[in-house]
Amino acid sequence: MTGGGGGRWLARRLAQSVAIIFAVVTFIFILIHLAPGRPCSENLDPRVCAQLSAQFGLDKPIVVQYWRYLVELAHGNLGMSFSLRRPVWDALVETVPFTLQLAGAALLLDFLLGLALGIYQASRANRLPDVILGNATLFIYSLPTFWLALILLLVFGEKLHWFPVGGASDPIFCPVVDSLYCVADRFWHLVLPAATLGVVGAAGTARFQRAAMLEVASQDYVRTARAKGVSERQIVLRHQLRNALLSFITRFGLAFPFLLTGAVLVETIFAWPGMGRLAFDAILTRDYPLVTASALIASTVVVAGNLLADILLGVADPRLRVHSTADADVVTA
Amino acid sequence: MTFGNWFAVLVALVVAAEFVRMLRRRALAQERWRRFFRHRTTSWGLGILTFLVLVALAAPLVAPFDPNRQLDIVHLTNRAPSWTFPLGTDPLSRDVWSRTAYGARVSLGIGALGALVAVALGTLVGAIAGYYRRWIDSVLMRGVDVGLALPRIFILLMAVALWDGLPFAALVITIGLTSWFGTSRLVRAEVLALRQRDFVVAARALGADSGRVIFRHVLPNAAAPIIVSAALGVGNVLLLEASLSFLGIGIAPPDASWGNMIADGAPAIYTAPWSTLFPGLAIALVVMSLNAVADGVRDALDPRETP
Repeated sequence: MTGGGGGRWLARRLAQSVAIIFAVVTFIFILIHLAPGRPCSENLDPRVCAQLSAQFGLDKPIVVQYWRYLVELAHGNLGMSFSLRRPVWDALVETVPFTLQLAGAALLLDFLLGLALGIYQASRANRLPDVILGNATLFIYSLPTFWLALILLLVFGEKLHWFPVGGASDPIFCPVVDSLYCVADRFWHLVLPAATLGVVGAAGTARFQRAAMLEVASQDYVRTARAKGVSERQIVLRHQLRNALLSFITRFGLAFPFLLTGAVLVETIFAWPGMGRLAFDAILTRDYPLVTASALIASTVVVAGNLLADILLGVADPRLRVHSTADADVVTA
Repeated sequence: MTFGNWFAVLVALVVAAEFVRMLRRRALAQERWRRFFRHRTTSWGLGILTFLVLVALAAPLVAPFDPNRQLDIVHLTNRAPSWTFPLGTDPLSRDVWSRTAYGARVSLGIGALGALVAVALGTLVGAIAGYYRRWIDSVLMRGVDVGLALPRIFILLMAVALWDGLPFAALVITIGLTSWFGTSRLVRAEVLALRQRDFVVAARALGADSGRVIFRHVLPNAAAPIIVSAALGVGNVLLLEASLSFLGIGIAPPDASWGNMIADGAPAIYTAPWSTLFPGLAIALVVMSLNAVADGVRDALDPRETP
């Protein structure tokens, strides 16, 4: 990405990303308004329901509602939540940090453990440690996250009492995080939910990284390095790992959808007050503005993950620095 | 569980083992199939899958009780595994083994059918985009970009929750319609590479129409990634259905799927973990076997030698 070509590439990718997010929001908006059922509960007097619908503009044609939503969105206004009776923005500001903490911890565990295992396995390829770890990661990678969450809860929460069985903090001593003890308390509550997501992800990362390392291992430059007498440790770290990390960057971009899906389930099971649980409840109560806003955030995260991976890849791999100055994409080798 | 049920399970086990052994014997003749069986996990995966498919097909023979019958809501709730109830009973006094056997029909059925819809659609879109290129390619691939950015769990939750529980067929189609984006990208890349090859050019020069070229010349040569993504797809769809059923919006009770069995057992997990444990293990076994088989297919059909 040298000079104007890189800048233009970035601008084009950014525009594409915004267009994708826009399309997602439109799709969700249409889907949710096509669905049968209204946000009013069944016990509500129909007249009150009609009045409330008018108040929120739900009696207008869908095109008008869509236009209004877009105008509000352009002003940074996500609307009012029906079920929470407060601005969607406030609800999100409260819950998104919890999901970020959960996803961040899970991602860290996923990558650190997964990379370490994958590199270790590749260095012992097809020998006993590799075979044992290979079978173990295959099994863990195949576990349903929500089931693993329940089992961890049963073993480490209920039977061994090592970790709390739900929530994000001690409701009596730490309603707000205002001391070192409360920070520790938050970490203590975070262990099981993050481990659920992180361990399953790490198993996938380990399998992926092992394959990537072995793919690189058969390349000529590795053989050359070995012939030159470079130490095995140097070969693994400088020749194999650095090149295998390139495909790892792509995986990094793909980790976000998995974390989002997992967050809905894991947050529900561990009563973690994050965005996933909020969105799930919003869908059940037909809270249109809240659902659309959650989808907006979720798709932004996915698209941003892909964009970030592409940029990192361009930075890390000189072969992929594309000049899009001319009509054709020229790859500078 | 009666003697007949145990015998049926035993027969299923033997048939599955023999089936895999027969395949392995045949495989020795051909290099490609030898590669398929190179890892021991592939044989195990194939055996486990065969066994569970047999159990699903022969559910009335292997299951001692009606899966939805509450046997005795007073005395037989949350019974630990025993000879009568090999996997215990659930909080509603239903036999967990019988429900697991019948649940296999639903879970494996949704997995296979959902993946079939997804892979068929993904292959079709990918082939059209890759073969015709130009504006068709641009339009389709921008659509796929959006599809990949859609938070799939949201779409499914919305579809299922807002329409108040979908029937089986609608659930399969909804899952299939939201799962094909990855496959289509994969197939498109293959087709783009294949359409330049001499045999495709030759077929076109001989006057074969586009449909014939795509289906007879291009797609058969892209079989490897399609088969692999189908095998992985079955596992993904199965996990997805289980998640939805666990959240209470997939397969409607009282019918058993492995996902809603976990949901049913979860409230009693501290006193009766077996009604949660076993359906989850069944899911893990199937997904693991599919991953192992997919690895084998990749080894067998990948022309490059992988270590």
